[in-house]
Amino acid sequence: SCHSLRARQRLITRGGEWSPRNPQQKIIKRVIGLEGDFIRTMGYKNRYVKVPDGHFWIEGDHHGHSLDSNSFGPVSVGLLHGRASHIIWPPHRWQRISPALPPNRGPLEINEDQE
Amino acid sequence: MFRGLLGKTLGFVGYTIQYGCIAHCAFEYIGEFVVCSGPSMEPTIVSHDIVFSERMSRHLYKIQKGDIVIAKSPYDPAMNICKRVIGLEGDKVSTRSDIFTSHTYVPKGHVWLEGDNLRNSTDSRSYGPIPYGLIRGRVCLKLWPPHTFGTLGENPNKQNVKSFKDSD
Repeated sequence: SCHSLRARQRLITRGGEWSPRNPQQKIIKRVIGLEGDFIRTMGYKNRYVKVPDGHFWIEGDHHGHSLDSNSFGPVSVGLLHGRASHIIWPPHRWQRISPALPPNRGPLEINEDQE
Repeated sequence: MFRGLLGKTLGFVGYTIQYGCIAHCAFEYIGEFVVCSGPSMEPTIVSHDIVFSERMSRHLYKIQKGDIVIAKSPYDPAMNICKRVIGLEGDKVSTRSDIFTSHTYVPKGHVWLEGDNLRNSTDSRSYGPIPYGLIRGRVCLKLWPPHTFGTLGENPNKQNVKSFKDSD
């Protein structure tokens, strides 16, 4: 599951999961960062966040109207319920949901070797 | 003869699928057997004990303070942890450190876990409260070793947790 997400190309998916604040509710968000990634946050208490082990950083595509990691921080992978792969209703919305990072939202590339 | 063998094979596969589904539903909604390892819940549970963890309380949101729960580890989703619930959402718990004691409120949708063996337990005192959604089940019965078969004991440590729901 999460380990297969950690491909070279950063396969980013939408995940359906239990909300960390309300355990009776499932939320659907996009995975922006995996464990170890550095994220520039939008409206979170810290400007930059390193995603801890066993967690990921999720965001709704509609920023500002979204209850996501920018509100409650990194989310434990154990809360992941599934991956949203297709839209099946209404019929005119049938489509496969493909993994894609929104523009300017993604893990920061940290250069390890700086001369 | 071949058709007889094919019929028997299909029948066997059918039974396997049926029992597989029933077993899956049982483990998902009724309970599961758990082999515990580690010293963090001594003396209540010791390494190599086998316990039964029921799923109903978790699905019905009836986990209570003092319950022993099996939960997914917040930092490694492939690992499970077995701890006692010390505080529910809204409760005020004390976070003991080597030098001083401070207090914190358990956020909404989270629980505070501690092992019974406080000296040798990595729990919420290190990693903070964990989301309720990580809880898998409530340990209700110890099955092995046979001389300790039965329900599990209360928290051996003195707890002073002010509950959000207490009215006084």
